[in-house]
Amino acid sequence: MTPPIVSADIAVVGAGPAGLAAAVAAAESGATVVLVDAGAQPGGQFWRHRPETVVPVPDGQGHHGWKSYLDLRARFDAARHQGLITYLPGLQVWMAQQNQPAQGDDAGFTLRTTPTVAEAASDRSAAGARTVVARRLVLCTGGYDRQLPVPGWDLPGVMAAGGIQAFIKANGILPGKRFVIAGTGPFLLPVAANIAEAGGKVLAVLESSSPTTWLPHLRAAAGVPEKALEGAEYAAVFARHRIPYRTRSIVTEVLGSGSLGADHASGVRTAKVDADGSVRPGTERVYEDVDVVGFGWGFTPQMELPLSFGVETRLDTDGSLVGVVDERQQSSVPGLYLAGEVTGVGGATLAVLEGLAAGTAAAGGSALPQKTAASEKTTARHRRFAEAMHRAHPVPPAWQDWLTPETTVCRCEEVTAGEITEARESLGARDARSLKSFTRAGMGWCQGRVCGFASACLGAGPGASPTAESLSSAAKRPLAAPVGIGELAALDADYEDPTNSLLKGDRA
Amino acid sequence: MSTRARGAAKTAAIGGVVRVSFDGRPLEASPGQSVGAALTSQGITAWRATRKGERPRGLFCGIGVCFDCLLTVDGSANQRACLVEVREGMEIEGSCREDPSEETGGRA
Ligand SMILES: Cc1cc2nc3c(=O)[nH]c(=O)nc-3n(C[C@H](O)[C@H](O)[C@H](O)COP(=O)(O)OP(=O)(O)OC[C@H]3O[C@@H](n4cnc5c(N)ncnc54)[C@H](O)[C@@H]3O)c2cc1C
Ligand code: FES
Repeated sequence: MTPPIVSADIAVVGAGPAGLAAAVAAAESGATVVLVDAGAQPGGQFWRHRPETVVPVPDGQGHHGWKSYLDLRARFDAARHQGLITYLPGLQVWMAQQNQPAQGDDAGFTLRTTPTVAEAASDRSAAGARTVVARRLVLCTGGYDRQLPVPGWDLPGVMAAGGIQAFIKANGILPGKRFVIAGTGPFLLPVAANIAEAGGKVLAVLESSSPTTWLPHLRAAAGVPEKALEGAEYAAVFARHRIPYRTRSIVTEVLGSGSLGADHASGVRTAKVDADGSVRPGTERVYEDVDVVGFGWGFTPQMELPLSFGVETRLDTDGSLVGVVDERQQSSVPGLYLAGEVTGVGGATLAVLEGLAAGTAAAGGSALPQKTAASEKTTARHRRFAEAMHRAHPVPPAWQDWLTPETTVCRCEEVTAGEITEARESLGARDARSLKSFTRAGMGWCQGRVCGFASACLGAGPGASPTAESLSSAAKRPLAAPVGIGELAALDADYEDPTNSLLKGDRA
Repeated sequence: MSTRARGAAKTAAIGGVVRVSFDGRPLEASPGQSVGAALTSQGITAWRATRKGERPRGLFCGIGVCFDCLLTVDGSANQRACLVEVREGMEIEGSCREDPSEETGGRA
């Protein structure tokens, strides 16, 4: 059955800070908007909150910028009420296409969607799949935690740092009792603070970088005083809960225990590292009785939809592949706008500013000149701050030395570091795409979202960072979400054979 | 595969109980919780075994990206435990081997 069609002037994908802002700005400029989001309710990652069916008025506890959310949400609800915004939650866009330009370049875009949760398993009265048609498209698909594999990271109890944060925000409980948080970046601080405030014990936060790397970037940080304030808040929480913050430190191995061998994380082995990430011998230390280990190495923007249009991309300061946009957030594809993490990881405030600009521009409106100038300045300040953060918290070049040949790199297809190195050395597989075909790394359910960055690094070789081409081949996905055979069959387009393993129900 | 107790520290102060079942056993959850949270808070942190190494898996990314947390919900296979909300009477099935003696190698 072909899904019903919903059409509007503008389609927005993602209801996080960027997408909400884009939808609101476009509607307030007089355009009609369809907002599609995989989540069950607005907020995205940053403003994720308890289900409104259970907690109708969230208090915003543990949230920064909750006032901005409430403001955007009120404007969003008002625009929905006026019939300007059609909100389609619980739907994932699995394919986005540009319509055939029959009448000039304004032919627009088509989005194909599928329910995030199978209708039979859904608690909400899900609307069912819709096909969305719009003249302009704003992609605000956000990102997810970037991961570096380490021995034992595939044990249950190991989670993405953001995943722990999301768990707490959505469920109001903790995923365990005793935590170690490791990786790099300022985001480790709110994760640890939220755990402690929710009653969990944080044994340590291990930051691979060092505070002295901050010094050259102080000027950029000073441009965003609210960040300094946030920092002071976290420092107070860390002091109150006695959370040790260990810099130049990493987890070298997640230890496991269980009746039949390791079946759950039970501790971590840590070490001090040099500036490049090389382990300093003799600095090893073990934390025992740990039931959750959280890893975060920054974020990876969710690029498959932008890439499916062939937008121009670049490598950002943090090594992520991001979309290139002009000052109105338009990508290299006319009519296609990008906002939020997909144009560079920069946090929620920046995502909102970009979303507002994208929504206004997509609606063909022009904000008041002086308003634009002011917000462009704020945007520039936040971008400088994000860049300073990225420079102060790099992925340590020597991280590949932490792996053993047995370490799992691709969690889905269970491909080890040894197999990948072998493919690189003997078969000359140097980019994510050839590694995929030789080793199946990145060919499983997640389509390389989790291992894509690491595989691209391993392909590039020890100490090297991946090229934009390699990251792009890792992030190109035939389908942006798994779909059923029926949904594919309903496609009349001459669409080439999608990866079979992505069909829902393919595996038990 | 063991599913021994590793409780979550604090339970939400929201009234009401949602009764579900996991692999045929009754389980109490809180309204609005994800299936993943409901299982984890009962000490069940793994509910799937990988195909090759039969390694235990549960929540990882927490946001629907990694597909590590797949299970069957009311007969729908391959649902993400981190995204599905519990509902009264929900039947949840994992794909771990119940009998540990059936386990075959591949574990570190
Ligand atoms: C798990 C996690 C937790 C985080 N927590 C914090 C935090 O506590 N504090 C902080 O400062 N920063 C946090 N961040 C960083 C945060 O992502 C950004 O600061 C901010 O949320 C970016 O906003 P955004 O609008 O670009 O994207 P997001 O907020 O990520 O929103 C993107 C939205 O797009 C949807 N989407 C993506 N692809 C599709 C598709 N194909 N079809 C339909 N919908 C789609 C997603 O479901 C999501 O709702 C977190 C990041 C992650 C990954
Ligand atoms: S935990 Fe990653 S998809 Fe559910």
